[in-house]
Amino acid sequence: MSPANLNESSDSDVGSLNFEETKLTLGLPGVECRGTAAESGGKSGVKRGFSNTIDLNLRSSSSGGDKRCGGENDVLGSAKPPAAKTQMVGWPPVRASRKNVMRSCKYVKVAVDGAPYLRKVDLEMYNSYQQLLGALEDMFSCFTIRNYLNERRIMDQVNGVEYVATYEDKDGDWMLVGDVPWKMFVEICKRLRLMKSSEAIGLEFILQEHLPRTQVQVEEEDICEGVTVAVQRLLVSFNLVPLV
Amino acid sequence: MESDSKRKKECSSSPESTRQSFPDEVLERVLALLTSHKDRSSVSLVCKDWYHAERWSRTRVFIGNCYSVSPEILVRRFPNIRSVTLKGKPRFSDFNLVPHDWGADIHAWLVAFADKYPLLEELRLKRMTISDESLEFLALKFPNFKVLSLLSCDGFSTDGLAAIATHCKILWSEVKNLTELDIHENGVEDRSGNWLSCFPESFASLEVLNFANFGNNEVNFDALERIVSRCKSLKVLKVNKSISLEQLQRLLARAPQLVELGTGAFMQELTPRQCAELESAFNNCKNIHTLSGLWEASALYLPVLYSACSNLTFLNLSYAPLQSVELAKLLVHCPRLQRLWVLDTVEDKGLEAVGSNCPLLEELRVFPADPFDEEIIHGVTEAGFLAVSFGCKRLHYVLYFCRQMTNAAVATIVQNCPDFTHFRLCIMNPGQPDYLTNEPMDEAFGAVVKTCTKIQRLSVSGLLTDLTFEYIGKYAKNLEVLSVAFAGSSDWGMQCVLGGCTKLRKLEIRDCPFGNVALLSGLEKYESMRSLWMSACNVTMSGCRRLASEMPRLNVEVMKEEGSDDSHADKVYVYRTVAGPRRDAPPSVLTL
Repeated sequence: MSPANLNESSDSDVGSLNFEETKLTLGLPGVECRGTAAESGGKSGVKRGFSNTIDLNLRSSSSGGDKRCGGENDVLGSAKPPAAKTQMVGWPPVRASRKNVMRSCKYVKVAVDGAPYLRKVDLEMYNSYQQLLGALEDMFSCFTIRNYLNERRIMDQVNGVEYVATYEDKDGDWMLVGDVPWKMFVEICKRLRLMKSSEAIGLEFILQEHLPRTQVQVEEEDICEGVTVAVQRLLVSFNLVPLV
Repeated sequence: MESDSKRKKECSSSPESTRQSFPDEVLERVLALLTSHKDRSSVSLVCKDWYHAERWSRTRVFIGNCYSVSPEILVRRFPNIRSVTLKGKPRFSDFNLVPHDWGADIHAWLVAFADKYPLLEELRLKRMTISDESLEFLALKFPNFKVLSLLSCDGFSTDGLAAIATHCKILWSEVKNLTELDIHENGVEDRSGNWLSCFPESFASLEVLNFANFGNNEVNFDALERIVSRCKSLKVLKVNKSISLEQLQRLLARAPQLVELGTGAFMQELTPRQCAELESAFNNCKNIHTLSGLWEASALYLPVLYSACSNLTFLNLSYAPLQSVELAKLLVHCPRLQRLWVLDTVEDKGLEAVGSNCPLLEELRVFPADPFDEEIIHGVTEAGFLAVSFGCKRLHYVLYFCRQMTNAAVATIVQNCPDFTHFRLCIMNPGQPDYLTNEPMDEAFGAVVKTCTKIQRLSVSGLLTDLTFEYIGKYAKNLEVLSVAFAGSSDWGMQCVLGGCTKLRKLEIRDCPFGNVALLSGLEKYESMRSLWMSACNVTMSGCRRLASEMPRLNVEVMKEEGSDDSHADKVYVYRTVAGPRRDAPPSVLTL
């Protein structure tokens, strides 16, 4: 995903946040101009505002509505803006030898529905799914992990919202975390997404409406678990990519 | 001897000599004890006799800008030099802002030295170009040569190093051997991994061997192991990434006396027995005070280091992407730490651990692991810096790359640590304001210069108006080096700095709205400075020409970029010199 795509989708998202969260799109999640999440939201707004000064000015008034974005544009009049979107020569001032310090290994992006920014985890640091999910819980510390070893589900105790850990594999399919052996998972996982269970259910109903009944397979399992798992399998079998 | 009579002639021709209260030899003996370059410069200005005594007694010379003086002038003034330190390109060449063929080639100097300083022992170069031929020339012409240190240099390959190593053979026969080979952070072309095997079997005098930044190029490990075994005085060993943990264990087993160690890659599948051996090897190294390398260090193996960390004063983890927990666990074992370099993967939590575990910390550098990745926002914030400042009261040197900062945090930080001498803050998004108040970061740097009266070096960033520079000019009376990028509102900012910072030596500016008025306001000032760099500012060719014509003892060099306006001076480099305009400038560099 190039920065260009990122900017387009998020600029149109700014004015209508809640709706966008549940809508199926192919854009990247989370990186929006939000006033509340002070650090990341303000920062991402600022960052984009700076490097795309011209773009934001031409686009919707919704970006001006965010104090940080708008303020950023005003105050910047004096300093010299760098070339938009292109990497500046010699900035940040980091020597060439320091540019590739990250291990040539398995850092994958983790997106959590509802969080304003992504994180990255190094899958090679963990030896099991349990360790990974524990680390994710630490990272997005508003969630606590439920002790269901078979479910790969994470629960937000504050809001009572359940999350399902999913991942995109090498073929670009979205899979439920936990089916394959850990080492294979590390090998094939390209990115992670903690998806709201409720959203998974919502999607299932959308699908049911648009597809002939014979093609919908819902397993006869416990309502909570089964729906989640089944929806995952539906998504996979219909090659639908959820909001990431 | 000839030199003595020559010296006496010079002295007797000056009228002051008849009034001299003690003989030259005594004066020279006294002056020989002076080591500081600044002191020696002061001494040489006292009177003619002292000038001559000083120049005859000087054995070490430091030249901060290789173009400020010529080899001929140097050898004429100082006849007895044994150690030379030379710096070449402007610092922004580290960030690709200087054309590759800019200059700073050592060869002309070596030719002059071969003639006048045949007994040369030490050569330390920074940001100079040195070819393989020059390295071979060095190896052949200086039988007393002991110390070679190349920092951020380019132009050579392992063939050149092989030449150095080979000709130790000749040196050995006269019992004059290489003690230091320090090739740190260079773009070295690897023609063959075998330069290490060019050291003769009898070679045993090495004290320092540093090839840490040779990339991943393999070296001849057997040769390395033999050298380490033989050189019982080896104090500093820093290897490159190609050396594995298993190989490291073998080296450590042969060199428990090491004082500075740079490991190779720190991840490998080890058997429990190998792991135990490695831990034991580290356990035997009781003298290590500097530890670096640790490429790709995996949490699994860090514990093998713990026993070697009790005397550690400098820990360089800037190539080890550690997480906060791993760092915290490691720091528990490093209570004496004074200098710490880390990656921002440790995040604020990791820096909290620094604050808790390292009360003696004086220097902290936090480098960005993903400096060009704009999508992910992580790394360190003002919280981490604050945490360190609360726990480490002796902190005086910081280099901090972050993506957000506030004025209030910086004010608190300098309240906690008022002794800052080096404050280098890089907010990576250019022109970014205080993320909480949306105001410029002027007050942050204002707080720094008002509170930290000893500040010598400052790098500013974030959204800054001229007010920042007013503060700097007014309060930073000890400031020697200032780096500015994407800051300021008008010429006035730069004028404040030039007018107020009396001790300013180096000023480097990029992408700021400073123009000819600012440039020319420093007319009188530049001769008291080493250099000025201005790129992507509003300076024009006519402004530069005016500067060059009014100040003949300055070299004003302009580098133009493709497609830029004819009148625009894209990159300007101004420096004082007694050598006149340089003759080796490439076509891309115009000397005015």
